[in-house]
Amino acid sequence: MSGGQVSLDRRPVLRGIDLTVKPGEVVAVLGANGSGKSTLIRALLGLTPLSGGSTLLYGAPPARFREWWRIGYVPQRLSVGGGVPTTIREVVASGRIARQRRLRPTSPADREATERALETVGMAHRAADPVQALSGGQQQRVLIARALAGEPDTFVMDEPTAGVDAQSQQLLADTLSTLVDQGKTVLLVAHELGPLEPLITRAVVLRDGFVCHDGPPPHAVGAHALPGHDHVHPHAEEKPASPLDWRPTS
Amino acid sequence: MIDLLQFDFMQRALIAALLVGLAAPAIGTFIVQRRLALLGDGIGHVALTGVALGFLTGTAPVLTAVAVSVLGAVAIELVHARGRTSGDVALALLFYGGIAGGVLLISLAPGGSNATLMSYLFGSISSVSTQDVWVIGLLAAAVLGMVAFFGRELYVLCQDEEVARASGLPVRFLSLLIAVTAALTVVIAMRVVGLLLVSALMVVPVATSQQFTRGFRSTMALSMLFGMISTVGGLTSSFYIEVPPGAIIVIVALAGFVLALGLGRFVRRSRPQESSP
Repeated sequence: MSGGQVSLDRRPVLRGIDLTVKPGEVVAVLGANGSGKSTLIRALLGLTPLSGGSTLLYGAPPARFREWWRIGYVPQRLSVGGGVPTTIREVVASGRIARQRRLRPTSPADREATERALETVGMAHRAADPVQALSGGQQQRVLIARALAGEPDTFVMDEPTAGVDAQSQQLLADTLSTLVDQGKTVLLVAHELGPLEPLITRAVVLRDGFVCHDGPPPHAVGAHALPGHDHVHPHAEEKPASPLDWRPTS
Repeated sequence: MIDLLQFDFMQRALIAALLVGLAAPAIGTFIVQRRLALLGDGIGHVALTGVALGFLTGTAPVLTAVAVSVLGAVAIELVHARGRTSGDVALALLFYGGIAGGVLLISLAPGGSNATLMSYLFGSISSVSTQDVWVIGLLAAAVLGMVAFFGRELYVLCQDEEVARASGLPVRFLSLLIAVTAALTVVIAMRVVGLLLVSALMVVPVATSQQFTRGFRSTMALSMLFGMISTVGGLTSSFYIEVPPGAIIVIVALAGFVLALGLGRFVRRSRPQESSP
């Protein structure tokens, strides 16, 4: 994305963002609530229209992009819609959609990928249960399994850790590290990194619609190093006051 | 039941009823999941203008109803896509416009009166012509074909529009497809159930079957079964007790729903480990 700007209801949310994610990177978009994190990744994918600038997916603008199977989008939460029941397996299997042709029956490869994705997130034993009966963390796992089932090159995850129990967070971290080992690209939005922290190769911090940090992720520990800290810091524009502050000093 | 089939008009009505019972819940499952339960009603009202137009111009009302209701459905979908807030107001405008247009046009038609519209509003078993059966058969095949052909994509769209977009699906086309398919279903159901009650067959069987099911596919299959039971059962009873078929079909469907509410609770309770630990 270059010079990306987005306004929602005439209120500027992103005010000129330049961001390029390279293959194999694990990028975390951090920032306080309302800093435009989710908007950024939605705009990157072309889900939210830009009011200025441009965004390219593998070199093509979203409207002309055809290789959607390369992208696995994990929304913030499972949408329940009108409440028609649907099983976990149905949701996960629908992740294959970008690889399927109309009228072709579900192939063995589709089934295999679906089962593998269910196994990976530890939901295989519940595959026939309705998703409506699941807890937040379990629903998140189902969403991740749906993206996994499509076997994409790049995962785009909107707050995969929000409102998720510790066990599911750890499982997410394990799954991500496998993906990273396979050379997949990951772009995720997070409020807190938790167990994902060691996997992140690059952190992009947003504030007021601008990128205020782009570089190595925070490694220091302690309250000052937490990503949330930067955004309430009263002297954020000055030189870091604390040696623990992870923002670059240049 | 056998003596019923001796009447030609009853044979035609039963074929139409079977097709309605199959097609309406099939598309209805997607419509309910997309939170568009009132879409069918909106289209039904608009279709009334189409019917009156048919009388006015001397063409078959079924055909003019198809044309006008498809146009109405596309209009509703475009308004829905523009902005969610004004969606229900726009839908309401179409409701009023459809009814007013229908009554106005039928009064202008030679020999037409509101009584002519009654059979279209609430259904009528004696008036299903052979031509109607052919049109209904073709439309039902089109509806079921579309559900089979685009089912997987429609499923993703109705689950989460953004995920559908991020999977490269033609979201706008699929949304229009749902609206147009709903419009065709309205016309299919018009003769048997009537325009004012069409939507019930898209919604009630789905609500009934989701009391028992866990999956999307199974919900759709079961709702099609419930749909057929309601239409055929209702139509048969309307032959004996001489009431408009639409009313009794919907009453049968609703009775099924109430029964399912009680039974469904019992079925769910007897299932182990459904709730999350």
